[in-house]
Amino acid sequence: MDLLFILFFPLVVALVALINKNYSKESALIGSAITFFYTAALIAKFHPDSSTQFLVNYPWMYAFGINFKAGVDGINILLILLTNALIPLIILASYRHKYGNPSAFYALVLFMQTGLLIVFTALDGFLFYVGWEAALIPVYFICALWGGENRIRVNLKFFVYTIFGSLIMLIAIVYLYLQTPTHTFDIAAFYNLTLSGTEQSWIFLAFFLAFAIKMPIFPFHTWQPDTYTEAPTAGTMLLSGIMLKMGTYGAIRWLIPVAPLGFVQWGKWALVLAIIGIVYASIIAFRQKDIKRLIAYSSIAHVGLIAAGIFSWNVESLQGALIQMLNHGINVFGLFFVADIIIRRLKTRNLDELGGIAKNAPKFAIGFLIVLLGTVALPITNGFIGEFLLLLGVYQYNIWAAAVAGLTIILGAVYMLRMYQKAMFGPSNELTLKFTDLDGTERSIFMVVGALIIIIGIYPQPLLHLSDAAVTNLVQTVNAKIQSVKF
Amino acid sequence: MSDQVWINLVWLVPLFPLVGFIINGLGRNVIPKSVVGFIGSATVFLSFAVSIAIFSELSSSPVKAFEIHLFDWIQAGSLTIPLSFLVDPLSSLMLLIITGIGFLIHVYSTAYMHDDAGFAKFFAYLNLFVFFMLLLVLGSNYIVMFIGWEGVGLCSYLLIGFWFTNINYASAAKKAFVMNRIGDLGFLIAVFVIFQTFGSVEFAKVFPAAANMVSGNGTLLLITLLLFVGATGKSAQIPLFTWLPDAMAGPTPVSALIHAATMVTAGIYMIARSNILFTLSPVTMDVVAVIGLATAILAALIALTQTDIKKVLAYSTVSQLGYMFLGLGVGAYTGAFFHVMTHAFFKALLFLGAGSVIHGVSNEQDMRLMGGLKKKMPTTFITMMIGTIAISGLPPFSGFFSKDEILAHAYEHNKALWVVGVIGAMFTAFYMFRMMFLTFYGSFRGTHEQEHHIHESPKAMTIPLVVLAILSAVGGVIGLPEIFGGHHWLSRFLNPVLEKSNALTENIPLSHSTEYLLMAVSVAGALVAAIIAYSKYVKKAHVPVEDFGPRNAFARLSYNKFYVDEIYDAIIRKPLDWLSGAFYKFIEKSGIDAFVNSLGSGAMEAGRTFRLFQTGNIGFYIFMMVIGIVALLVYGFYKI
Repeated sequence: MDLLFILFFPLVVALVALINKNYSKESALIGSAITFFYTAALIAKFHPDSSTQFLVNYPWMYAFGINFKAGVDGINILLILLTNALIPLIILASYRHKYGNPSAFYALVLFMQTGLLIVFTALDGFLFYVGWEAALIPVYFICALWGGENRIRVNLKFFVYTIFGSLIMLIAIVYLYLQTPTHTFDIAAFYNLTLSGTEQSWIFLAFFLAFAIKMPIFPFHTWQPDTYTEAPTAGTMLLSGIMLKMGTYGAIRWLIPVAPLGFVQWGKWALVLAIIGIVYASIIAFRQKDIKRLIAYSSIAHVGLIAAGIFSWNVESLQGALIQMLNHGINVFGLFFVADIIIRRLKTRNLDELGGIAKNAPKFAIGFLIVLLGTVALPITNGFIGEFLLLLGVYQYNIWAAAVAGLTIILGAVYMLRMYQKAMFGPSNELTLKFTDLDGTERSIFMVVGALIIIIGIYPQPLLHLSDAAVTNLVQTVNAKIQSVKF
Repeated sequence: MSDQVWINLVWLVPLFPLVGFIINGLGRNVIPKSVVGFIGSATVFLSFAVSIAIFSELSSSPVKAFEIHLFDWIQAGSLTIPLSFLVDPLSSLMLLIITGIGFLIHVYSTAYMHDDAGFAKFFAYLNLFVFFMLLLVLGSNYIVMFIGWEGVGLCSYLLIGFWFTNINYASAAKKAFVMNRIGDLGFLIAVFVIFQTFGSVEFAKVFPAAANMVSGNGTLLLITLLLFVGATGKSAQIPLFTWLPDAMAGPTPVSALIHAATMVTAGIYMIARSNILFTLSPVTMDVVAVIGLATAILAALIALTQTDIKKVLAYSTVSQLGYMFLGLGVGAYTGAFFHVMTHAFFKALLFLGAGSVIHGVSNEQDMRLMGGLKKKMPTTFITMMIGTIAISGLPPFSGFFSKDEILAHAYEHNKALWVVGVIGAMFTAFYMFRMMFLTFYGSFRGTHEQEHHIHESPKAMTIPLVVLAILSAVGGVIGLPEIFGGHHWLSRFLNPVLEKSNALTENIPLSHSTEYLLMAVSVAGALVAAIIAYSKYVKKAHVPVEDFGPRNAFARLSYNKFYVDEIYDAIIRKPLDWLSGAFYKFIEKSGIDAFVNSLGSGAMEAGRTFRLFQTGNIGFYIFMMVIGIVALLVYGFYKI
């Protein structure tokens, strides 16, 4: 029941926000805060072993072998935490915006929250798919209705891209369903299937396409910079902070364990694409003038490293991937919040028009700096823990892969410090001269984000511990499955 | 173990400056300047006091290595990284250098930075730097060392860019960070190889295991080369040295503390710490020696013609670091570390002296516009002269002993290294005396207004100069060699750390007569260089025309730093910039995106049909969604 509450309470809040038109943002904030505290209590009750806990399993559409089966384990617990921690922050960060029809806006955000949580907790293929679409539709509307000038064109691309990916995934899910002896969508049954190498190969490619688009991995990424740029800030935060983790999480939960032989066949190519993406996106980020677009490309690079870690498939790299999903969510939220503050005050996204902000807004400069340090993975920030484990894991797979992926350490510093310098350093100009420092709400958001970045960086052990047993178990299970076929 | 009270409290040493950082950082707008300066200096002094206690406990203890475990930092799979500290002769000496010189520089800064608007911010950063530097040397494994390693890089970035409204300073800061990051990637991959090879990153596990490996082992070669890449970044060696001269954009105390005495010697510390790995990799040792010597010469050549007083000292630092690497490369670990210590004394002194000069002449840094300061700034003059004699390797000051030890080992290793090393030492003497003569001799060449303002610096600045001058003068006694009746205390003290390497290095001691001869040659060389400088810059009583240009071909090369920055710009930065544009334009937009859009136009048609459902009422959509989900749920459960 604990889990059911967390899954569906956001829907209740959404309805409250929708009805309570005059206090929609307050309702949304309080409601999402309740969800967060409930989640924290749930995590405190979680036993860090490899079992699935807080399991809910109701027969749903019995005739089709569809169950409402969801649970919490070491693989998804950090993502549940991320989702429910970030949503209240995103709502708070939207406070200063005068969105038209705010009740609908906040209701959509909360609606999406339920969709995301279903994706992360689903242990039934059909439920997973329902969650996948339920998370997409609200964010599509958020971007289409509150986005920038080109929102319709850009959104259509985003929508078609992801719908295309998810339909192919649906075919794969249905195929798996048909292969199960009892005709069920239960993930355990999917894991137990013994499909031929060719079948697994196709399954792998189908799932991979959906997840690769969602993350996104090079060359399936071209919807992302446009969408991130055109979406309203809250939409961008939802997409980059939480939604893209559907792809990386999906790869860990649904892609590799379901089609291990497909992974043996295609995994190294997926890894190569991920690593190309790191370097490619970083290099493009060098010269971006649009601050949101720059962050978008940096996100492709960082997610590329997470993906590379997943496809390296060992305990260190997966532990790194899981904690880095959380970290990336926090950091990219922080970066887009920085961008939002600049854009809201100065009405420009063009870095060339900025400069000298640090002088007028020292508090903002500190907040920005801490987020930046987390992003460039400086030790004792959260980013270092993730990137260190990821690169170590990739290294154990292949030293050259690690050497190329490791370039992110250098390239990330180049484009991030360039952005910081262009915006913050140098003399102020007419535009930036009147830049006001952070207000109370903004300061508290930076405090939360900064505290998370540093606390996770100094003492990540409690978080790593949550997923340790589950990751070890998952890696062993999949490797055993691969070995058993090979010999 | 109860005797080791202070050793067990070693975490206090980094804690004090961290507390100072937090207090001054948070209270930067409310705490008065005098209190800020007191907190900043006092915290480092407390660390210094604890460091002395630790040092004396360690000296009298029969056990020479203590590990103090704080907590497990990262644990994943078979990897465990504890946050723990190692107290041994090497780290205890580094503690003394960092906190001792750090304290003096904090005191100096209270006066030097007094009128700066960012006074509290400056002290907060400086304390943070000391904290990270202490972590770097205290870590009992490569990862804790790496925290410090990157942490000091961050502080370096913040302090170089301290006056960030000047865009050139901000760029210098960025350059330092990025070039350091290139080295850091090498360090990081080295750590991965170490973990895979030894199953641990703990010094206590890695070094004993490595000691059993054969010399020339390929894995060790890889590890040591990668670690050395890391060292070239942090310690400004070829090819990653160009950030350090630019780093002079930071306030002068920063140049003294970070970019001369402590941070830039981290690479030498790291190699000395990992000595067994390097001793067993003769190829790497040769690389280290050659790169070190090449850097020493190149930087010395550049220093010959620089006109900015801080630039001279910056290139001098790069050059002296090169000598330290030469020492490491020929197996003179003690000698290299000896030079780290003496260099910390005299280079901190010289930078602080330069700061005093700059302070005295109203922020002028061009030596051509100085001159004749000897009488008006006597303390600064005398202390800097001591520093100059020390760095030039003239006896009996400290630099003579440490440089001589490195050169003697180089001679044993390969006579050519020695010859080039001595030539470099001559350059050193020349550019240092040139700097002194231009600054302090002759008559003042600046404006009248500047001349009117020339004054000796306040006590808070001159006392640190005097202390450092004394250390620069007598610091050599810690490594007094046998031929001067000494027992080389430093060598014996460091022996527990270097034992295994020393046993492996074949040591054919030089005969006393050879040793005297080598010394005589290098001292004579330095003297000749000093005399040439005297005849060029003092006797003629005016600045030689070639220092204003037009310069001859060599001077032009030297003055323009051999165009290294321009070369890097042309072969790295510009192509990357071009690549960035090309990727974006040709692959991203005209390639992938165009392809996707052509696929998408078909879907557009389908999209038109969609529109029929768009009534524009969002509430309606959401309502429909909720209804849909609920209907789906209800339908499912109802069917049961």
